[in-house]
Amino acid sequence: MTDLLWLIPALPLASATLLILGSQWLGPRWVATLGVGSVGAAGLCVLFTTLQWQGAPLQQTLWTWIQVGELSAGVSFYVDGLTLVMMSVITGVGFLIHLYSAEFMAGDTSYARYFAYLNLFVAAMLTLVMADNLLLLFFGWEGVGACSYLLVGFWHFDAANGAAARKAFVVTRVGDAAMALGLFLLFREFGTLDIQALSAAANARWEVGNPTAVLATALLLGGAVGKSAQLPLHTWLPDAMAGPTPVSALIHAATMVTAGVYLVARTHELFLLAPPTLTAVAVIGLFTLLLAAFTALCQHDIKRILAWSTISQIGYMFLGLGVGAWSASIFHLMTHAFFKALLFLAAGAVIHCLHHEHDIRNMGGLRSRLPVVFLSFLIGAAALSALPLTSGFFSKDLIVLAAFEAPGIGPWLWAGAVLGAFLTALYSFRLVFVVFFGRANTLPDRQPGPAMATPLSVLCVFSLAGGWLGIPVANVFPAEGEGHPALWVEAVSIGIPLLGLALAYALFLGRRWDASGLVESPLGQAFYRFWHAGWRVDGLYDRLWVKPFLVLTVLLKSEPVDRLYGAVVALCQLCYEGLSRSQSGRLRQYATVMAAGVIVLLGVVWRAAGG
Amino acid sequence: MIYLLLILLLGGGLAWASERWNPQAPRWVALGVVGFALLYLTVAVARLPVEQFSLLPAASQPDTWLAHTRIDWMPRFGIHFELALDGLSLTLVALTLLLGLIALSASWAEIEQRTGFFQANLLWSLTGVVGVFMALDLFLFFVFYEVMLVPMYLLIAIWGHEARSYASMKFFIFTQASGLLMLVSIVVLAYQHALQTGSFSFSYFDLLDHRLDPALAFWVMLGFFLAFTVKLPGFPFHTWLPDAHTQAPTAGSVLLAGILLKTGAYGLLRFAIPLFPEAAAEFAPVAMALGAAGIIYGAVLAFAQSDFKRLVAYSSVSHMGFILLGLYAWNSLAVQGAIVQMVAHGLSTAALFMIAGSLQQRMHTRDMGRMGGLWLNAPRMGACALFFTMASLGLPGLGNFVAEFLVLLGLFQVAPRMAVIAAVGLVTGAVYSLIMLQRSFQGPGDPERAVPDYGRRELATMLLMVALLIWLGVNPQPLLELTQPTVDSLLPGATP
Amino acid sequence: MPLEHVLGLASLLFALGLTGLMVRRNILFVLMSLEVMLNSAALAFVAAGAHWGQPDGQVVFMLVLTVAAAEVSVGLGLVLQIQRRFHTLDIDDATRLRG
Repeated sequence: MTDLLWLIPALPLASATLLILGSQWLGPRWVATLGVGSVGAAGLCVLFTTLQWQGAPLQQTLWTWIQVGELSAGVSFYVDGLTLVMMSVITGVGFLIHLYSAEFMAGDTSYARYFAYLNLFVAAMLTLVMADNLLLLFFGWEGVGACSYLLVGFWHFDAANGAAARKAFVVTRVGDAAMALGLFLLFREFGTLDIQALSAAANARWEVGNPTAVLATALLLGGAVGKSAQLPLHTWLPDAMAGPTPVSALIHAATMVTAGVYLVARTHELFLLAPPTLTAVAVIGLFTLLLAAFTALCQHDIKRILAWSTISQIGYMFLGLGVGAWSASIFHLMTHAFFKALLFLAAGAVIHCLHHEHDIRNMGGLRSRLPVVFLSFLIGAAALSALPLTSGFFSKDLIVLAAFEAPGIGPWLWAGAVLGAFLTALYSFRLVFVVFFGRANTLPDRQPGPAMATPLSVLCVFSLAGGWLGIPVANVFPAEGEGHPALWVEAVSIGIPLLGLALAYALFLGRRWDASGLVESPLGQAFYRFWHAGWRVDGLYDRLWVKPFLVLTVLLKSEPVDRLYGAVVALCQLCYEGLSRSQSGRLRQYATVMAAGVIVLLGVVWRAAGG
Repeated sequence: MIYLLLILLLGGGLAWASERWNPQAPRWVALGVVGFALLYLTVAVARLPVEQFSLLPAASQPDTWLAHTRIDWMPRFGIHFELALDGLSLTLVALTLLLGLIALSASWAEIEQRTGFFQANLLWSLTGVVGVFMALDLFLFFVFYEVMLVPMYLLIAIWGHEARSYASMKFFIFTQASGLLMLVSIVVLAYQHALQTGSFSFSYFDLLDHRLDPALAFWVMLGFFLAFTVKLPGFPFHTWLPDAHTQAPTAGSVLLAGILLKTGAYGLLRFAIPLFPEAAAEFAPVAMALGAAGIIYGAVLAFAQSDFKRLVAYSSVSHMGFILLGLYAWNSLAVQGAIVQMVAHGLSTAALFMIAGSLQQRMHTRDMGRMGGLWLNAPRMGACALFFTMASLGLPGLGNFVAEFLVLLGLFQVAPRMAVIAAVGLVTGAVYSLIMLQRSFQGPGDPERAVPDYGRRELATMLLMVALLIWLGVNPQPLLELTQPTVDSLLPGATP
Repeated sequence: MPLEHVLGLASLLFALGLTGLMVRRNILFVLMSLEVMLNSAALAFVAAGAHWGQPDGQVVFMLVLTVAAAEVSVGLGLVLQIQRRFHTLDIDDATRLRG
């Protein structure tokens, strides 16, 4: 079975190639079969691998990619428990989303292009998680970034979508550049980019808290922060919602944005050597989850709410990584992939059935008209809010408890996480109540077909029951303390989401209190606007980076360097003019100058002769 | 090797002559000539024993090179007609011939006036470049260096666009002035050799072991450096490039970007650094600073352009900064990266210039303000533009990524600060590449606009380059192994 | 007669000729000034030849004489042409020789 590992990323890649080259000749039915089927086949391969798996890491080297001097990086795969979890999520959720897309995108003029990009993404993402060295990981890393760019800007005839795609690519590229530097630093220190060899060498050479280790992990963290849309590089994700909704579900909720979490988990042995970076990971996670949760509360676009909620949930994962709850974070990554994909797909169904309506204020009362979608959304929201017994509850609970037990700033982290959980329940159910209850503002003109309903149902099951799935990562991560927290801590974990739900009910459905009075007070307005604009980070970056860059381009556009050569040219012209003026054509003047010249020369000779 | 040069040289004459009996003939003649040259090279290389490729090309033993020819020319001054081929030269010669084919394809439908003379100039320019990559006598090198210049000047001056005389003159003066600096340096070098050993020699092999007085070596090295950096072009000597590229016909741009710039990089790698290792090491921080400045400056200016070709030209300036950095980092990783960058940049930029040329031919403008949404009209062209834009911004899996990664990795080992500055170039590269794509092919368009999509000939050319770039990105190892002996022999500490 | 005197006379003649060349505008006078300068040089040759007892000075004098004759013939031809074309003999009006 080991020998067939290469097949897993190769299948979607082959399909993407076929779709690109054959887009002229393939009909929509063939396109869908190829696009969906290839990911399904890859999923079956993953399933087969998992069943056959003995617990030892699988390895396969296909060919030597780059070998120069000390550097030797192969196209080679390394599959352990962590990788298997990621692969299952990518191909499993990926397959469902592909299936959903087959109906969602039906009739689009660029049907083949869409599936080509989506398959390419799956191939790149699989390469990312299966890579056994950081260079190949970086290959997948940039590959998914490019696919994200292509898919966010899929409807590029609208300039705004193009801008969103560019923003996504450039902002993550900032993180990527940092990550590349981290790779260079690690290579300089250890002369290898192989992850296992790096981990071993780092453990042998670095004591805990080594400054180089801190620097290297901080640079890697830069890459992770960019890809996973964490502070301060989170601004691209809400705009990335310009892409088709299944894309948002696959790339910007389930898989690509969690690549940062995967990276930190994969290199956890390095991070363990750098406690300051780990603390930074936790703090970044905490601030991100709070900022995003507040922002999600004040949005009106259904997809943007979900986007901010994704940022917030990945913040939880970072928090978990930062406090050393590795497997809990990966667990949350998996459950989040289920319920967030479910939410996005359900939101997509709403949008699909309401003529591309995104604003939740124009929705309402859809409970009876789109029952399947309603049920899916309700389950997704419950899991997102971590209501007891849903999958989100188990994973989030583990992270929150680990935060509580973390030494030092642990309790603060815990308090923030609990506040975040409250806000999560509040905004999730605000969404449910506003969209599916109350007065109907827009009527749906169609129902989701089987290709859309099936993925929704499957994901519903996983969102509910995913909490009982075990993930085989025990051999990957160091053992985590099995603490038994105080009862009141558990009680808070259970109670807080319910409290949020109750408040949401009171505000948005029961109308016990009217929130509008609060919102419309001057202070409320100020906060509302501040939060609605995502804490004005975008505006800040605009002033800090974009405007100065534009000013710089305007200043430099006239090529100041060329002016220098212009000066040389002007000097030559000046000399030319001076000399040509002397050539006046007046014979007598020439004679005079000649005579003067002879006299001067004679004088020189005279002096030289010692006269 | 002489035959290779003769094929191209005489082929140029033949192409010119063939115009007399049919205006279509020169294209076919030129195609045949370049194809034949490529075939000749392939056969000749294929007949070499495999072990030959792993030998270090040593100065003292000509038989360690892949091929070596030496004919007396002006023995009184120690000038010989000396050609030699190692892995590096072979790579670049093959790239030259390949891009020659591609340039022919680009000019196929574009050039209608005086086709014979056009193809002749194209072939003569190729002759010069091939000669530059093979010459190992410094005087001969200089001769070829000038030979490739004149046909290129004519290509721009006769078949260029609206401001062609200004652009061609600027190109000529910049490169000519820098060439003269190099000539002075070469003569000083040979004269010093004569002073010490009693006989003139322009042979690379003799001069390589020759050590100059450090102060003098610095100035002579500077002469070489300036000559090659103007050609490269490195910041701040790059200003001829945007004008020349913008005004040149497509085939001219392809040749200029694809291979003429590489002669600068090749010169630095073959001559400027190995001939004066100490002086070059002393000078390296300045050169690297220029390289890093070029990366950022080129990227910012590329973003500022509204002319498609000018944008690509400035992106070349940015990419050449990586080569300068890689060469002066002077370790195996970075130098290999620079070599891969030569090949990858040659392909990707040539393709972008071809796209620009096709757009100009179809829309009669290069102004991106008047483009937009072209994907609607020409999806195949759009897909190609997308691919090469991604290549140019260094997407992994394509050749440019391997190059930039190796350069930065090698650079980081010796000058981490420079690497950090250069890494900023990764971000700015994405900014200008994507804005180019947005303003030309994406965005709202007009489905009625008459912009025909690529035909078979153009698509085949593009697909060839696509395949090569992917191959270079996914499996660069054959190329790296081909050039590794050369790099090993040039780097200090290598066993001669 | 000491050599210095003759050389002094030659220098004087040369200076006169040069002054004439510089200050006169009429081309005829310019040509005459040139003749004076040529002959002053020739005089110096003759004197020097006589002083050293060598025939070279006389030979060169013959050469100068020939050159002067040739020059005058060409010069007068030019004068005629200038008169025809510009209807003046003022050389400053015939400044066509400008870059």
